[in-house]
Amino acid sequence: MTGEVFHHALKFRTEVCIGCSHCMNVCPTRAIRIQGGKAMLIGDRCVDCGKCYNVCPVGAIIVEQDDFRRIFDYKYRVALIPNVLLGQFPEIVSISQICSVLMGMGFTHIFEVEHGTRLLKDAMGKIVGEKDRKRPLISSFCPAIVRLIQVRFPMFADNIILLKTPLDVSAAYYKKKLLDQGAAPEQIGVFYITPCAAKIAAIKSPVGEEGSSITGVINMDFIYNKIYTSVKQGHKAEKSCSLPAMERLGAGEMLWTLTEGESQQMPGRALAIDEISNVIEFLEMMENEEVTDIDFLELRACDQSCAGGILTSGNRFFTVERLRKRAQLVESGADEMLYQNRGESIADLAGYLRAQLSVDRVKPRSMDKLDEDMGKALTKMRRVQEIMNSLPHVDCGICGSPTCNALAEDIVQGEADIRQCIYVQKKMEQQGELPCAESMEIMKAIWGEKKFE
Amino acid sequence: MSEKVGVEYNVDGGNFTRAGYASSEIKKILKKLNVDMGIIKRTVVATYEGEVNIVAHAYSGTIYADIDTERVRIVLRDEGPGIPDIEQAMEEGFSTASSQVREMGFGAGMGLPNMKKNADVMNISSEVGKGTTVEIILYFKQIASS
Ligand SMILES: Nc1ncnc2c1ncn2[C@@H]1O[C@H](COP(=O)(O)OP(=O)(O)OP(=O)(O)O)[C@@H](O)[C@H]1O
Ligand code: SF4
Ligand SMILES: [Mg+2]
Repeated sequence: MTGEVFHHALKFRTEVCIGCSHCMNVCPTRAIRIQGGKAMLIGDRCVDCGKCYNVCPVGAIIVEQDDFRRIFDYKYRVALIPNVLLGQFPEIVSISQICSVLMGMGFTHIFEVEHGTRLLKDAMGKIVGEKDRKRPLISSFCPAIVRLIQVRFPMFADNIILLKTPLDVSAAYYKKKLLDQGAAPEQIGVFYITPCAAKIAAIKSPVGEEGSSITGVINMDFIYNKIYTSVKQGHKAEKSCSLPAMERLGAGEMLWTLTEGESQQMPGRALAIDEISNVIEFLEMMENEEVTDIDFLELRACDQSCAGGILTSGNRFFTVERLRKRAQLVESGADEMLYQNRGESIADLAGYLRAQLSVDRVKPRSMDKLDEDMGKALTKMRRVQEIMNSLPHVDCGICGSPTCNALAEDIVQGEADIRQCIYVQKKMEQQGELPCAESMEIMKAIWGEKKFE
Repeated sequence: MSEKVGVEYNVDGGNFTRAGYASSEIKKILKKLNVDMGIIKRTVVATYEGEVNIVAHAYSGTIYADIDTERVRIVLRDEGPGIPDIEQAMEEGFSTASSQVREMGFGAGMGLPNMKKNADVMNISSEVGKGTTVEIILYFKQIASS
């Protein structure tokens, strides 16, 4: 693959990038700059939220995924599917039809990720209920949020509940189940169909956890297209094809990944906040005030939580509506009896799974500091203040940094030059301090030759 | 010469919507300076209480922060009614807040005590009819004498 590595799961195809700076302007952690007419990522600041992916007009940002053929390296090929996959399709596309396509693609087993929430709900509830905990406790569910806290809100790193995600619990369960049935470890491939880049990044380099039971990741849009094509071509679901004989998912389990999915099931005063800018706003407020009367915070990077994941294809509001409807049916017992209740349940392996439910402490790694050494940081801060005095405070982004302040910091860190500011350039040109030809060169270095042809 | 950074913010009396702005900006600076997170937290909580006091009890004020490698010092100065009995004002639970202020969730009489608790040093001076000045200092390293 050619092109610059973006970060973890998000990859930037330099050859496609037109340097429009849309991504730079929406990045909530200010991790993008424009150089040589291309977007560049400061990897350490990226939290994989995918805002950039959503606004790129030319598809220059892609989400890395495992080669699908890799599933055939394994005898047992498990597709771990999140509920939002089912919510992508209108009701006429039945679950058995979806499963049928997945089996047709080569999977041998299909398992819904949300089964993992059953054990988690109790474990989380217990922690939230414990008296001497630092409050509010924050869910570890959304990996983009966990990273956001690490880099921008290290103060709250210890508020994160150190438990596995439903995905990891489900993966561990299914693997163990197959092992118990006699499969060899190297024969089992567990593949997650992901709605977002953050999950991929978390699987490839987990934050607070050693290794993962997940073998690979398949992007949801890829699967969506397969299913859609098959439906359009009139393929019917195969009779024999259905979800494994499991105890059915409860309504609460089904809704876990949607907004309020966790908060409504936690004891005490619980709040749910979705969309990363909203989360940032809330955490900033929490830094300023002593907030101890909230017990639990559900924080999700995407609007409408995972229904709004960047790799989903369906409209997120419809997805939410469909999943809620289905949950209601389940609750009233009037669902299409998809789950043959043969009694097998994730709870059967509760002991085994509970023993490995916790994860390591989430380490803060602040990206805000100007320097490790405080004396040096103070010097840099002074320089930032001085530079800010000669910048226009309009945050136009023409300099290739997202805001005036970001440019000032880039200059102080030796990454940029004050003459990148168009206002400064004009002033200097007027005063005869900067020849036109030179300022042109500076602009070309930022935006690329092409834009000035 | 040891390095130093200073910033100043204005505070409007009565404007609760903006209360917290100065403390939030000071927090951002401390984060950039790689100050210990616990100390940031204490500084911000103390400054926020002082800021709200200006908003709730005074007409207008300024918040000044200066930071060097040893400590952060915050001076909250306002023009306002002043505090007639500082000792009494420092008591936990003492408040002269109006019912309007209480409705907004303030007025428990915990602000000044909370500032004292979070700061290493706190000095108040006040002149009735003129205004109040509160100075707080937080040290980055535990000093031997304390
Ligand atoms: N800047 C100020 N100007 C005038 N009076 C003040 C000022 N700050 C505090 N006071 C007086 O001191 C009292 C106690 O202040 P303190 O901050 O402890 O409590 P509060 O502001 O009344 O309530 P809380 O801070 O818990 O919301 C106030 O009720 C007020 O009478
Ligand atoms: S809300 Fe869900 S889809 Fe969005 S980043 Fe978080 S885990 Fe991924
Ligand atoms: Mg007060």
